[in-house]
Amino acid sequence: MLEDLFKTVKSRFEADSAADRKSSKVAIPQDLMFKCPRCGNVMFMDDFLGASKVCSNCNYHARLTARERLKITIDKDSLVEYDATMTSKNPIDFEGYEEKVASLQEKTGLRDAVVTGECTIKTKPCVIGVMDSHFMMASMGSVVGEKIARAFERATEKRLPVILFTASGGARMQEGILSLMQMAKTSAAVKKHSDAGLLYITVLTDPTTGGVTASFASLGDIIIAEPKVLIGFAGRRVIEGTIRQRLPDDFQSAEFLLQHGFVDMIVERKNMRRTLSKLLRLHGYKGETA
Amino acid sequence: MSNAWNKMEIIRHKDRPTVLDYIPAIFTDFYEMHGDRYYGDDAAIMAGIAHLKGTPVTVIAEVKGRNFEENQKSNFAMPHPEGYRKALRLAKQAAKFGRPVICFVDTPGAYCGVEAEERGQGEAIARNLYELITLPTPIITVVLGEGGSGGALALSICDELAMLENAVYSVISPRGAASILWKDPTREQDAAEALKITADDLKMLDVADTIISEPVGGAHNNPVQMAENLQEYLIGAVKKLSQVPIEKLLANRYNKFRKVGDVSE
Repeated sequence: MLEDLFKTVKSRFEADSAADRKSSKVAIPQDLMFKCPRCGNVMFMDDFLGASKVCSNCNYHARLTARERLKITIDKDSLVEYDATMTSKNPIDFEGYEEKVASLQEKTGLRDAVVTGECTIKTKPCVIGVMDSHFMMASMGSVVGEKIARAFERATEKRLPVILFTASGGARMQEGILSLMQMAKTSAAVKKHSDAGLLYITVLTDPTTGGVTASFASLGDIIIAEPKVLIGFAGRRVIEGTIRQRLPDDFQSAEFLLQHGFVDMIVERKNMRRTLSKLLRLHGYKGETA
Repeated sequence: MSNAWNKMEIIRHKDRPTVLDYIPAIFTDFYEMHGDRYYGDDAAIMAGIAHLKGTPVTVIAEVKGRNFEENQKSNFAMPHPEGYRKALRLAKQAAKFGRPVICFVDTPGAYCGVEAEERGQGEAIARNLYELITLPTPIITVVLGEGGSGGALALSICDELAMLENAVYSVISPRGAASILWKDPTREQDAAEALKITADDLKMLDVADTIISEPVGGAHNNPVQMAENLQEYLIGAVKKLSQVPIEKLLANRYNKFRKVGDVSE
């Protein structure tokens, strides 16, 4: 169930949570240093950013914003964004939802938790989607579901491959049952794209959980994960509550998923662009100079 | 007491009939089939073949027990991945032999446990959503009591979604929502109302297609009448959907889920 996902995800992986700041005895200047939430390693912010937000000690691949992800993945200025102005309504009149969305829009500069569009990667065209955990933990409501479904439908029409970078705390409960149904909607659009013989690559990033794991994130022809990221269906705390014992640290990590047969490969961020480009090439997609 | 909470009390009534009561009342010649052919057999999902007034159908059901022993056996209707994989195997078999599929949903949710994660709970649910959307035979889903999130959705890809009058369907349990949103699980009654989880709500939101009447006060007051109402609905729905050409049926099914959502541009 999705109950504790938000809490779990936040408590385990929030790099700059208030609690973390308070508990560390030595004050770490937030904009000068990065403290890894996994191993506690402290890095100069410049080094951390220079390494595309990868911890130099434990190789934890920290969260990127959608813009940061696009910048290191696709060809410069190649993005033609889809549905850039789409925004959520409040379908079940949930108290406080509109205000929450508005304040996050202001804070992140995003309209909702996913950016989609057409781009090129080393000149090979594809449809891309990047989820951004900074927007309500990239929970899936109507906007995320609609943008992803449309991305697949447009890719099907244009016979393009789809690459999705997933991240999510699960379904967006403020949209009630409609958020759950986005799992069905997106999976249906993936099926249509697949039945047309087209390639779909998922890249699971930190954290990919709940309803997104139980829908399009698990349906790629090729499933890639970044090192050390959290991937799972149920929240860790829910499971710990059920079995009444602490789970090992690597439970629901990318490596755990690889070991159990649910991920094709773990790819480091620095190699991601090249890997995606080669995989597109292996499926017959040629760039201008290839 | 809120309307939604009232319904939740009715579906939690100790005498509320479960699919174990309905199957013998609605179908004849029910033969249960076991196992997903990969790992094991999950008693949280019961599946088999039966006659519905002379028409062969495949039945797939989440199993709430009627007492503690039955619930222990069926893990309180919380399926593991092998349950969803068994469901998919039998749904595909139904399509092969041209049988309609009837799914009964009644679960608090997919099981949250170590082994469920190890065997790919997320993948198993995703695979059902992905495969059932194009399964070339009619699928009817009836929510009998509790429609618990992804664990219910995995059996809800269908041509017609019906709900018993007092059934609920929710993305998250009201208790879970209350503890996350308000840090106060005791406000679950408020959450139940706010989440819009009743059959009427789902009909209004265009997710449920049909509401099946329950006897006054709830199904437990007259299980025989309830089974008759259910049977009557199913016979009609199977007849209606079987007349639709498969291509049209699948296009309608895609649109049924494609249209759900509310955005502004």
